[in-house]
Amino acid sequence: MSNIDLRGQVRVLDGNRAGAYAVLLCRPDVIASYPITPQTPLLETLYKFEAEGLFDPEMVEPEGENSAMGVLLGACAAGGRTFTATSSQGLSFMNDAYLLAAGNRFPIVMAIGMREQVSPHGVFAGQQDAVLVKDHGWIQIFTESCQEILDSIIMAYRLAEDGEVLLPVNICYEGFYLSHHSQRVEIPRQEQADAFLAPLQHTERLKWTLEEPMVFSSYTVPPELYAEYRYKACAAHQRAKGKLDEIDREFGRKFGRTYGGQIEEYRTEDAEIVIALMGCAAGTAKVVVDKKREEGLKVGLVKVRMFRPAPRERLIRALNGKKAVGVIDRSVCYGWNCGHNFVELKTLLSDLEPPAPQLLDFIGGLGGADITAHHVEKVIDRTMAAAKGKAQPTVTWLSLE
Amino acid sequence: MKFMSRFEGPWSTPKEPLDIKTGEWRSQRPVTKSEKCRQCGWCFIFCPAGCVREGDRSFFADLDYCKGCGVCARVCPGKAITLVREEI
Repeated sequence: MSNIDLRGQVRVLDGNRAGAYAVLLCRPDVIASYPITPQTPLLETLYKFEAEGLFDPEMVEPEGENSAMGVLLGACAAGGRTFTATSSQGLSFMNDAYLLAAGNRFPIVMAIGMREQVSPHGVFAGQQDAVLVKDHGWIQIFTESCQEILDSIIMAYRLAEDGEVLLPVNICYEGFYLSHHSQRVEIPRQEQADAFLAPLQHTERLKWTLEEPMVFSSYTVPPELYAEYRYKACAAHQRAKGKLDEIDREFGRKFGRTYGGQIEEYRTEDAEIVIALMGCAAGTAKVVVDKKREEGLKVGLVKVRMFRPAPRERLIRALNGKKAVGVIDRSVCYGWNCGHNFVELKTLLSDLEPPAPQLLDFIGGLGGADITAHHVEKVIDRTMAAAKGKAQPTVTWLSLE
Repeated sequence: MKFMSRFEGPWSTPKEPLDIKTGEWRSQRPVTKSEKCRQCGWCFIFCPAGCVREGDRSFFADLDYCKGCGVCARVCPGKAITLVREEI
């Protein structure tokens, strides 16, 4: 047996390698991808697996990300299980094929090692690349740890290929903070992954075959047909929300780890204020929440896992009755002069029981900067001050103070 | 909700796209003088829509799909094809 076959072991792995083991466990038929920092080691590991004979998917090395996704469109049309990964400008270069994947309801799983977008040039962690494509029709799940990357990729296939969903899924993790940082990771046994994915063998999927050729991305005339496909995709997104919660619970029963499904609520139940964020900084933030709790502050945390489709109902339940919410955003939304999660939560305010909570935004971690415990403490203190009626700036740029 | 397609996504059998008659977009149509046609097949080769058919005496455009671009008339070495304005 090869010494890189770590299935069934507990090891120290970075996020890229943890993700690669998940792909190995899911037995894809076709992998097509193009290397880009910080996702490259994930691909290198997959090639190593193939070279060592651990698995034998069709591995395609095209001339760019657009072609990589193009290869997967065809493979998926023929009924294959597919995987790719990208980052930042690679995701931008893939854009029109990325839209075709969602529009055609192809259940492709793609990891995004999240990185800032140009310009200025930045090969650094951020969330801007993934949030920019939030309304391109893919499901997007944001992760906090290397273990969560591995587990989420396995769950992503269950979600994507579910007969009532059939949508492509992004598993997003911040470059360097997760892609290159090493943590303790439990790698499931192959039989465990096989058993977990076994229900997918019974789902029916339309396939292109030589005997029964099909047209994909077909013309939609009359326009009512175009509207029909849009409606059906929206409905599938709504179904995916509850599905993720179910899949997460089942994963917990089988593997002993759960993540909350659409969102994770941490000490929110009796909380007066809540901080909301997504990605790896949630780990730091939980430590600070614990510390503030010891000091007697009633603070909780909401980690958004499923950014698309928006976990509207779960967020409403989690935020009802809170006095203030401090949002930490690792992205910039030019149009609204704040971060993307802040805009998302703003749209919920009218759904919450009055009085609606005060909402503050804190932009941090841009260009690969740390979101430190000190930052989170500041976020909590100011959100608590807002809850007590002291006026606070709506948007704070943490690294510019 | 009224649905027209049995599919979840924009998929179809190969026949359904052919039901879209792109000939309706045409403002001028190619007319072939069969006595001038040498049946060389250049119009068949160059037609971007692939809608030129071969007849007994000449090639001709399938007007269900011909969009009237006029490429066939331009490339015809025998000048057998003229474009005639479609009347509304």
